[in-house]
Amino acid sequence: MTRFLEIIRRDLRLALRQGSDSIMVVTFFVLTVVLFPFGIGPESGILERVAAGVLWVTALLASLLSLDRLFQADYEDGSLELLVLTPAPLEVAVAAKVAAHWLTTGVPLLVAAPVLAVLLHLNADAFGVLMLTMLIGTPVLSLIGAIGAALVLGARRGGVLLSLLILPLYVPVLIFGVGAIDAAAQGLSAKPHLLILGGLLVGALPLAPFATAAALRQALE
Amino acid sequence: MHRFANPARFLRIAALIQPWSVAVAVLALGAGLWFSLFASPADYQQGETVRIMYIHVPSAWMGMFCYTAMAVFSAMALIWKHPLADLLARATAPVGAAFTFVCLVTGALWGKPMWGTWWVWDARLTSMLLLLFLYLGYMALADAFDDPERGQKAAAILALVGVVNVPIIKWSVDWWNTLHQPASVVKMGGPAIDAAMMVPLILMAVGFKAYWVVVLILRARAEIAGAKLRTLRMAQIHAAGQLEQPRAEQGGS
Repeated sequence: MTRFLEIIRRDLRLALRQGSDSIMVVTFFVLTVVLFPFGIGPESGILERVAAGVLWVTALLASLLSLDRLFQADYEDGSLELLVLTPAPLEVAVAAKVAAHWLTTGVPLLVAAPVLAVLLHLNADAFGVLMLTMLIGTPVLSLIGAIGAALVLGARRGGVLLSLLILPLYVPVLIFGVGAIDAAAQGLSAKPHLLILGGLLVGALPLAPFATAAALRQALE
Repeated sequence: MHRFANPARFLRIAALIQPWSVAVAVLALGAGLWFSLFASPADYQQGETVRIMYIHVPSAWMGMFCYTAMAVFSAMALIWKHPLADLLARATAPVGAAFTFVCLVTGALWGKPMWGTWWVWDARLTSMLLLLFLYLGYMALADAFDDPERGQKAAAILALVGVVNVPIIKWSVDWWNTLHQPASVVKMGGPAIDAAMMVPLILMAVGFKAYWVVVLILRARAEIAGAKLRTLRMAQIHAAGQLEQPRAEQGGS
């Protein structure tokens, strides 16, 4: 547990000192969302209808954008090898890295989402559910994304490859995240969608670190 | 199973199986096509378009079957580090991807006259499309490294992660009540389709499986032969290098 917290603290400190990652992710999120009113027209009816989808798709892409930094820097400077060599299980280290990744990219998205939802005229009833889906969904994105980030370490064209590997696996999160918001916006119960989203998180939480750790081990073999 | 991990033994067994699998593939596909195109009744509702189903349904089965096989081979490769299992997983991927693609295309061709649209965002169709992307991701990842072994292992892990999609495809029609019809062949209480339509369906399915075996053996043999060639060539280069060295030193002094 102490090692878990230590790794989180280290990654957070690195993110704070180097700065750019979180800001880049949020800037990308904001800019892409702002493009949509230009692309599909500023009528509030249309924007209201597509708001949930636009927010989630761009959040997904923003999360994807930050993934190749997750292990790449550690892989290049060799600290990943030290992490693998520590006596604590690698799965714990991976969980800590993912938690730090979520804190530096998922939480900023969470903060930016309601502001952008206002710009997109999202139905006021759906704001709470939007936050809930983001809160449950973005950790799943980080968890699944970590598998991909570990798999492409050292690959040619890693970035493009990463999107090919990870986006299909992101689809369930997208479907149920948007489903919950749409249900809430139309006055229906968002609970079933939220429960499935929670189920995805509960499934990914124990399984994804194992797959990621396996991928990291073979990357360093 | 470990007995078959030996490439030499595998090659012997493969050489035994291959003529039979070719024969089964040719016979089953020939008979299946004849039955499905000429010797089976048209559907009372779908008319002649039902014949597309004899390609569509077995390809869909193959798409899922190949992915499952690929995942099993990948698991074997990761657990027991059998190089042969890696090879078979890799040889299965393009076959599975091709059948998934055929399934999507024939589905679209059938959907246009029947549903009035080439494509709907239905759970079954969407999950099948994702399966195609998983295949493409697998193949891209396996080829993305300078060290082929590294790509192989990364791809094996990806195959195991992606296997969650297979049960979703299988039961998508039961979980989400959308346009694609529910299962009618493998279900509780026996198949819901007529025997006259069952015959071509089963024949085509058997033919496709046999075709997979043929391709698998061909590709595995080619790959093993390629590995032998590489080793021989490396040995040749090393031998040549050893002869070269003293002369080079003399030239330098």
